[in-house]
Parts: sequence; structure tokens; C-alpha cells
Amino acid sequence: MSTEQPLLSIKNVYKVFGDDPEQAMKMLDEGHDKDSIFDKTGQTVGVMDASFSVNKGEIFVVMGLSGSGKSTMVRLLNRLIEPTSGSIELNGKNVTQLSSEELLQVRRKEMSMVFQSFALMPHMTVQDNTAFGLEISGVDQQERERRAKDSLSQVGLSGYEDSYPHQLSGGMQQRVGLARALANDPTILLMDEAFSALDPLIRTEMQDELVRLQREQERTIVFISHDLDEAIRIGDRIAIMEGGRVVQVGTPQEILRNPADDYVEMFFKGVDPGKVLKAGDVAERKPQEEIIGVFSGATDTDQDYQYVVDEAGTFLGLVNTREAPDELVSDFRSINAESLVNEVLDSVARSDYAVPVLDQAGCYQGNISKQQLLQTLHNA
Amino acid sequence: MSELSLLDPFQTLTIPLGEWVESALTYLVQNFRDFFRAIRWPIDQVLNGIEYCLQSVPPMIGIILMSLFGWQMAGKRMGLFCACILLSLGFLGVWSESMTTLSLVLTALFFCAVMGIPLGIWSSRSDRVERTVRPVLDAMQTLPAFVYLVPVVMLFGIGNVPGVLVTIVFALPPLVRLTNLGIRQVPEDKVEAALAFGCTNRQLLMKVQLPLAAPTIMAGVNQTLMLSLSMVVIASMISVGGLGQMVLRGIGRLDMGLATVGGVGLVLLAIFLDRLTQAMGDNSSTEKGHEGHWYEKGPVGLLLRVLGKSKKTKYAKKSVA
Repeated sequence: MSTEQPLLSIKNVYKVFGDDPEQAMKMLDEGHDKDSIFDKTGQTVGVMDASFSVNKGEIFVVMGLSGSGKSTMVRLLNRLIEPTSGSIELNGKNVTQLSSEELLQVRRKEMSMVFQSFALMPHMTVQDNTAFGLEISGVDQQERERRAKDSLSQVGLSGYEDSYPHQLSGGMQQRVGLARALANDPTILLMDEAFSALDPLIRTEMQDELVRLQREQERTIVFISHDLDEAIRIGDRIAIMEGGRVVQVGTPQEILRNPADDYVEMFFKGVDPGKVLKAGDVAERKPQEEIIGVFSGATDTDQDYQYVVDEAGTFLGLVNTREAPDELVSDFRSINAESLVNEVLDSVARSDYAVPVLDQAGCYQGNISKQQLLQTLHNA
Repeated sequence: MSELSLLDPFQTLTIPLGEWVESALTYLVQNFRDFFRAIRWPIDQVLNGIEYCLQSVPPMIGIILMSLFGWQMAGKRMGLFCACILLSLGFLGVWSESMTTLSLVLTALFFCAVMGIPLGIWSSRSDRVERTVRPVLDAMQTLPAFVYLVPVVMLFGIGNVPGVLVTIVFALPPLVRLTNLGIRQVPEDKVEAALAFGCTNRQLLMKVQLPLAAPTIMAGVNQTLMLSLSMVVIASMISVGGLGQMVLRGIGRLDMGLATVGGVGLVLLAIFLDRLTQAMGDNSSTEKGHEGHWYEKGPVGLLLRVLGKSKKTKYAKKSVA
């Protein structure tokens, strides 16, 4: 899905709120921390030394509790808040160096934003709200109407063009917010806690909708969230922020398996690993269990079962070394490597052997035994 | 004179503010009279234009037109209400005086809007401007009218135009204050969204801030009208015509009947203007009344519908344009 080429890269970005950011920056260099700077100068360090990059076509979730600087972070990207130092590169263009005219163009064409509070204009119809960004950029009436209608139908709101925002439910209002952002056809979609104000059911629905839109259109999305479940559900990669720092960046699986520090680990305590880890992440390969090449009977009788794989890695079958060492069982259970662990519990539990895990092409990725499954669920 | 006393230094040490003002005024009157006369010109033009329109229309036609306007802005009930108020003005025999007063008030409103709304916008954008403007507005509202009535006469002479001028001084502050307040009260997230989509400052103002502040600004317009009306009686002391003068003359001659008629006329006019602007303010509020475009409602809508039956195509085009 993602072509590993950073579309947006953020390097050493700092934001100090206060009268004399220079002084605070100097103190940061000298090794003072956030609290002591606040005590001594009354200035707040919102974001410090944030670096990460967002690849084209991925959903990148910036996640943290309130006060962690995540909302500041997203506003630094389109300079609704001016960064104190550091660089933000979008498509090789340094956003921090742009003139105000160039910045307007970036905001109109490259980055659109969806807000937690929806921030729709109450005096405009749904149609006009959706076309707001286009109207600002001076797109002509007909084109505007066409594109607004188009993006309203993408979010499933056709037929509501002439309604006013206050006549719609929260979920529908946020769909309008999303349509407004999509109408501009931006390079990057910035979503600031876009679904946090919605009730859980609608939220899940909107998350699925977003993932669907992203798959269809290969959108690049920077999503801000305080909800870890949400981050894991929709995020291709997650950046965890704490106290203005980016603590760890990685896929949900990477972070779950190797948390960078105690904070991240504690954070992930409540997460059900079965919902995050995929069968492929958990599968283990043991050389003594495998027979590679042409099958001519079991090779190691210490093992109960052996797994037969051809030279190319395609899984052929398994053999019961105790009962029928010369017979290749081709009627076997297997698990798709992309399935979540929770989805394979049943298959593993019912099977006598460790269930082989195969990828889409049928290549052997390892197997999952009952013991290993229990450990996985227990550990994280 | 006694010696300087530390306990009561004010016996000898005083600021001769009164003398300064007097000499400054004398200087202005002697040297800048032409300049002040020139300021009269635009006010004179607007006032004469409006008064000519209002006075030259026969009363019944005027009543019908204004009632239709009320109907258009705020529905049939308002139209009927306007007709009642205006008819009573006519039956009281003060139609002509009312129109003079109305033209004074509308002229004052015009200049208040021209100056007040931009000033309000400016002070909403800069805290420093707001800090500077506020005490001036306070002074304009609290300084007794009699204090500046005399200098105004010395500089501008007497008559309706200086009357409008003192009315502007008194009626301008609420419009500035409420415009400022309305724009500052536009929710932060709407402004942020507008900026995030690449609005220039001008676009932000025209497309987001002013439309959202419209109800508050209309409340300012309403207050300006009310204050103008209350100023009319005082302004009649410098020979401003209309209902105010009736009241003043009535008091002067102890003719309570005359004074009451003028007073009641003023009250009726005030009710008329207040209801009308309030209804316009409600219309401009965003949360209610989205029943369609203004030309689909009221007498204009009726007219269009009636005409539309015979010449449907032609008017369909017109109403779109």
C-alpha cells in the first residue's frame, strides 16, 4: 500500500509558547527540561525535537494524551501555529520557509484539515460548506459545484446539499467536514481528533469509512488521536507523543512488541494484543520442524509434526512423524498471515498440531502452536 | 492669595482646563471655520436627499411602501404592525414632523455605519486600537450633550446638519462596540478552519467573521437608532426640526398637549424602528429561518409568483440572476 518514500518529513521541530522563545531554546540546549523552563521563564514548550516522516499513501497517527502536544504538532504542519525552529518538508519544499502567499497556496492545494469540533460555517448550506476551500481558492462556480457534489457523494451525503449544518447529526456534520477537506483534493489530509466528538458507534463507522476512502484514493493522512484503539485500528504507523516529545514511531505491531520505554509500555498495557498482532507476526519457524525440497519421509522423529516446503518457499503439506512418517498430509488447516491473532484463536485451539501460517501467495511463514498463542496473549 | 499649602494645594495649583478649552475654541472658530463648514457638506447632501424622498411621497403611499418593506423583512404580522404604527402617526397629525425626524435619524445612522462598522472591525483586529478607542467611546456616551452642543453651534452653526452631527457623537459608540464584540465572538474554530483552508484576512472577514457577527452588528444598528431618537429632543435646542422641536416648544410654552403629541410620536417612531431592525437582526441570525431566499418570500415573492404564472420563463431567469 505504501511506497516507502517520505512525502512529509519533519526534522527537529520545536515550538515554544511565550514572549521569548530564544531564551527557552537556549535553556533547552543547556539541558533544562520543560518544567524548569516553565518555572523560570513562564514559557511553555509545546513540542520539542519532533522528527518523523510520513510516507505517501499511509495513515500516520500521532497519538498521545491531552497536553502531549499532538494538536500543536498538527497545526505546525500547516503553520496555523508557527514553529519556533526545525524544518517541515512537504514534497521537498520547506514549509517553514514559505512566504505568506506561498503558504496560502499550500493550505489551499496541498493540505486540508478536518477538525474535532467540525468547524462548519453555520450560515452556509452543506453544499457551500463543502465548496468553501474551492471558493477561497477562486475556483469557478460550476467546477466548485461539481467537485463539492462529488466529494459529498464520496462520504455518502448526496441529497443533503441544501441542508444547513445544524440540521444534521454530529456524524453527518463530520462527514461534511471530511467532504470539505476532500473537495480540495489535497496531497495530505490533516485530521485533528476528527472522530473524538462522535459517539462510539458512529466513530467506528467513520473510521471504517476513512480507511475505505484511503484505500480507494491512496490518500496520505496525518491523523491525531488520543484513543489508542482508534490509532491501532486505522493507523499504518503510529507516533507516540509524550510531553511534547515524539517517543516512538512504528507500526502498531512494532510498538506493541518493542515499546521504546516504560511510558509506551504502560500505555499499551490495556491493549488486547490479539487485536493488534497478525498471525504473521506471531508465527515461529524452527529449522528442525521443516523439510525443504522433495518430500521423502520424515527427517527428525523428535518432532511430532514436520512442515514440508518446496525450494521456492511454497507450503506443500505436513507430516505426522509418529503415526505416518511417510505420508504427506495435504488436508491441513492453515492461517492467513494477515489475519489478526484474535481471528485465528479458534483454528489453533481446535488443531492437534501447530497451525501453519501462509501469506497470500501460499508461502510458509512459520506456525503457531497453542502454547505460543497463549504466551502472546499473556505477554503484551 | 494664600500661600501654597501642602494639605490643600488645590487652592493655588489648578489646571485651567476651562480657559484652555475656551481659547482653543476661539482659535478654531477664528481660523478653521471654513474647514468645519466643509464637513457640513456631505451630511447636508445625505440629509437633504433622504428628507426630500420622505417628504415628497404622499403619506398614504409612504405608509404602504414602508409596510410592504416590513412585510418583506419580517413577515405579514410585521407588515400589519408597521401599517398600524404609521397610520397612528398620520392620525396624530405629525406625519410631516415624523418624516423630518426619521430622515435625521437615518442620516445619523448612515454616517454611524460608515464610520462605526470599519472602526469596530479595526478594533476587533487589534487590541491596541481597542484600548485607544474605548475611552473615547466612553467619553462620547457619557459627556453631557449640552457640553458639546455649544461648541458645535459655534463651529457649525445651527440647524439640522449640526443636529445630525451631535446625534452621531452620541449614537456611534454602541455600533463600534457591538461590531467589535460580534467579530471577537466568532468561534475560534471557525476562524481556524477558514485559515486552514487558505483564507486571506479579507476573505476571513467577508466570508466568515462578518456573516457570523451579523446579528450582533444588527443589534448595534438597533441601539444606534434608539439613541439617535433619544438625542433628537436635545438636538432640537439647536434648531433641529421634527418631533423633537414639538416637544421642546410644548415644554417652553407649557403646552402639555403639544409636548405629549410630539412625545407620543417619538415613541411610536421608536417602536417602529426597533421592531423592524430587531426583526432584520433575527433574519440575519444563522440558526433559524432558512425558509428560502428573500425573493421567494413576502410581497416580492408574491409578486413573482403572480407574474410567474403568466410569464414563467422570463421571471425564472430574473430571480436566478
